[in-house]
Amino acid sequence: MAYKRNIDRLPIIPAGAKEHNVTCHYCIVGCGYKAYTWPLKTQGSTETNWIGEDLSKQQGAMTEAWYSPSMYNVVKQNGQDVHLVIKPDVNCAVNGGLGSIRGARMAENRRSDQRGTQQQRLTDPMVWRYGTWQPTSWEDALDLVARVTARVIDKDAEDDLYVSMFDHGGSAGGYENTWGTGKLYFGAMKVKHCRIHNRPAYNSEVHSSRDMGVDELQYNYADYEKTDTIVLVGTNPMECQTNLFLNHMVPGMRNGARVVIVDPRRTVTVKACEEVAGEKNVLHLQITPGSDVALFNTLFTEIAAKGWVDRDFIEKSTFRGEEPAVPAGSAQPAALGSFEAALAACQMSLADGAKATGLSEAQIVQAAEWIAAPKDGARRKCVIGYEKGLIWGNDNYRAIGSLLNIGLATGNVGREGGGCCRLGGHQEGYFRPSDAHVGRPAPYVDQLLIAGGGKVHHIWANDHFKTTLNASQFKRIYNRRSQMVKEAMDAAAGRPRAELVDAIVSAVNAGGIFSVCVDIIHSQIGQAAHVILPAVESGEMNLTSMNGERRLRLTEKYMDPPGSARPDCLIAAGLAQALERVLREEGRDAYADQFKGFEWKTEEDAFMDGYASANTDVTYERLRAMGTNGVLEPVVGFKDGKLIGTERLYADGVFTRHGREDGKALFSLGEWRGWQAPGKAQQQASHRFLINNGRANMNWQNWFLDQGNDFVMDRFPVPFIQINPEDMAELGLKPGDMVEVFNDVGATQALAYPEPTARRNETFMIFGAPNGAQGNIVNPGVNELILPNYKHTWANIRKISDATPASARVSYKSWEVAL
Amino acid sequence: MKCNRLVDVGRRQFLRGGVLGVAGAAAATVLPSGARAETPRAMLDYPAAKLGNLADLKVDVPVDIGYPDADSPGILLKLGTPVEGGAGPEGDIVAYSVLCPHKGYPLAWNAADRTLNCPGHYSRFDAEKGGQQVWGHATQNLPQFALRIDEAGDIFAEGVDELIYGRLSNVLQA
Repeated sequence: MAYKRNIDRLPIIPAGAKEHNVTCHYCIVGCGYKAYTWPLKTQGSTETNWIGEDLSKQQGAMTEAWYSPSMYNVVKQNGQDVHLVIKPDVNCAVNGGLGSIRGARMAENRRSDQRGTQQQRLTDPMVWRYGTWQPTSWEDALDLVARVTARVIDKDAEDDLYVSMFDHGGSAGGYENTWGTGKLYFGAMKVKHCRIHNRPAYNSEVHSSRDMGVDELQYNYADYEKTDTIVLVGTNPMECQTNLFLNHMVPGMRNGARVVIVDPRRTVTVKACEEVAGEKNVLHLQITPGSDVALFNTLFTEIAAKGWVDRDFIEKSTFRGEEPAVPAGSAQPAALGSFEAALAACQMSLADGAKATGLSEAQIVQAAEWIAAPKDGARRKCVIGYEKGLIWGNDNYRAIGSLLNIGLATGNVGREGGGCCRLGGHQEGYFRPSDAHVGRPAPYVDQLLIAGGGKVHHIWANDHFKTTLNASQFKRIYNRRSQMVKEAMDAAAGRPRAELVDAIVSAVNAGGIFSVCVDIIHSQIGQAAHVILPAVESGEMNLTSMNGERRLRLTEKYMDPPGSARPDCLIAAGLAQALERVLREEGRDAYADQFKGFEWKTEEDAFMDGYASANTDVTYERLRAMGTNGVLEPVVGFKDGKLIGTERLYADGVFTRHGREDGKALFSLGEWRGWQAPGKAQQQASHRFLINNGRANMNWQNWFLDQGNDFVMDRFPVPFIQINPEDMAELGLKPGDMVEVFNDVGATQALAYPEPTARRNETFMIFGAPNGAQGNIVNPGVNELILPNYKHTWANIRKISDATPASARVSYKSWEVAL
Repeated sequence: MKCNRLVDVGRRQFLRGGVLGVAGAAAATVLPSGARAETPRAMLDYPAAKLGNLADLKVDVPVDIGYPDADSPGILLKLGTPVEGGAGPEGDIVAYSVLCPHKGYPLAWNAADRTLNCPGHYSRFDAEKGGQQVWGHATQNLPQFALRIDEAGDIFAEGVDELIYGRLSNVLQA
């Protein structure tokens, strides 16, 4: 039987309950919610309640006057037990009252000691002592981290400190926290060996867009409602940006927009678009995996040949020199220059394009028409959204560049109903000192760790074990290096602190690694950690982030953190202060001085010290007043009690992201060159199945919490791999059977899920699962700028077990709605 | 003719003033009596409502019902094959709420794969797996009605295992 909560009534929010602005902290869309809290011993009634509705009656569809059991919890607020309801905000322009399967479980996914939810959340610092992790005080834990760290770093010699730190907003990210870690590692220190939560280096996901002058988030979501054509590339917004799709793309289609979807896989987004727009208005280009550059170069050629380009825009707003503005080089995967130079470099005939992509010439011609053919005598408006299918795909730099070429050539950047944007993962919330010292290409940190690099590793909400490539090897070696230090610590048990530090330093000098994990749960890489520091998430602290249209909002703190957990920015401040103290004790005053300036008492102090120092109109108070609609960045003023934002970047046709003084956008001169990353062609040749991979609606962006959520784990007890039913029959598989997916670099497991729309020999596996890491079988191949290609992985599949008892009971029906 | 697709459904309030017209062409519509109890005990005090008789059920022919009261539309199904939690001599009779737990749109029955599908936002639920959401936006599986069948073959609903969309108490209270 499916999981049921057996809750048949909920406490009613009383009139006068405290109301807090909440932006969902899971995905980039950042839906607006309201959190209501009220004392445990009070309640509203069917007659008198927060919304003034008669709740003795059935409420209608889309009602504001209902919440589900997943939107309810009991938590602590200022030490008191309170009821908590977090429900979608009907007045938020982002979601208009819609909730996703993720955000509408925010309340249930809070730690509640009263109701037993999320007991996996960390509550107190822990250190490795006597063969396991023991709780301790913040002072003790930070002192150990500082003393060991201080032994491996010195002024201008910080390369033995490796740092993995998230750079995003939402979740536990946001401007406060990226500034906290940023000020520590890029301000007080200049740490070079660092990486970001989802990739093995500290780099942009969209170098080419930025190099071409275009920030990757330049439109606003309403542009989808005002456009003629929506192009979706390597993205599955109904699952991964749910309410951007439902609340903006769907209205766009209802207003007459056509849709072009580029994806080797038929996703639920394709079916939903067909339902809304009608099949004749949806063009699904099921390209040969990895052939994106070939498709976009062919489309670019075709659009230019038909004369469907925006000449005026090209003349006024793009680079017009004959020679490349930026030549190709070792850290420059394609030259950048004028429209004409790009056209010459990217030239690709319909025949060649069709051959490379597996599409028909007619399909490519039709896509070009839908994207660029004038409509009613005027320029056609077209908005392009792309995400990890392109970013984590083949030849990242040229792929994004070739797509943006189309956006620029058709004058669809900076215009209403246009845009060429990432759809995004987390929200954004980046404010840090310059990272220029990291260099380009950035160090490939995970490979350096495998090679024995680094002595101390500070990890801020990264879990390499689940979300890196070449994960099988990474885990083996990291565990071995960490174990050396654990054994040294065990052997030093009972000795004074100084001797313990000496023992750790000896172990790291012998090839071990001292691992410090800052996280909200005890992560998988955290199993290798020696010190674990508990952090908090949005809502347990005040946190500011911006969504995929640059909408800046403050999520207000509505509950106490679990135990003594702290905001990351204050943990970073504590660590900086501990380092300053230790360095001064050791007589290293000049170096100690670098760690001044962390006297923050609250996250608001960190916000004012960081983000607000460069955005002087913005304060917590003003953001609070802007509610769940916030303001679109950049903020340009404050008038009549409101922050003034920017509806769309580059509306003036001046492009700035590359830093060029002329303000001209550049085109990419990257021709199609087949597989870019090392090892991909060989792996493809020697294995049967493409193991395409990505996220799924239910647990995208929140699986770390959902591994402790019964509703989710009941549906997918083991990560799934979707396989064509005929392939399953050939492999002797029944639905739910446990399979091993294995290749030249590793192995992982999944449950076999028949998917009739999957193409033969092309599977889809969920990425980032806690109990079946797809990264185990991804080879270490990256692009010139260390961007991983997770998507293109090939492996063989064999059955290792019948379905587990839990997975034998779940539904294996197709995900496609059948109306 | 039942139209399962909602065109431009917007924010129409489907359910104001009674739902049974919305639920579509009903093969049989049975309303429970005495649905509104005084402060009933949680999970226990539900109206026992007769939904139909075994003799009247046909495999894959849904019966529109209302439970715990007329304003809460549901569906009574004979699946033809036994399922976990199924009632009746063949263990194949189930009943569910048909208000999508995401946003309350009326679900459409698809006999071909025995799912309930939402025309609003495309969620779908498996009638053979206790109403498990196959794919969708709802944060709970479909509320299922507990069934009892007496010696005469009369089928009664006597409880619900999840909160029904649009009400903060399954058994409405004044």
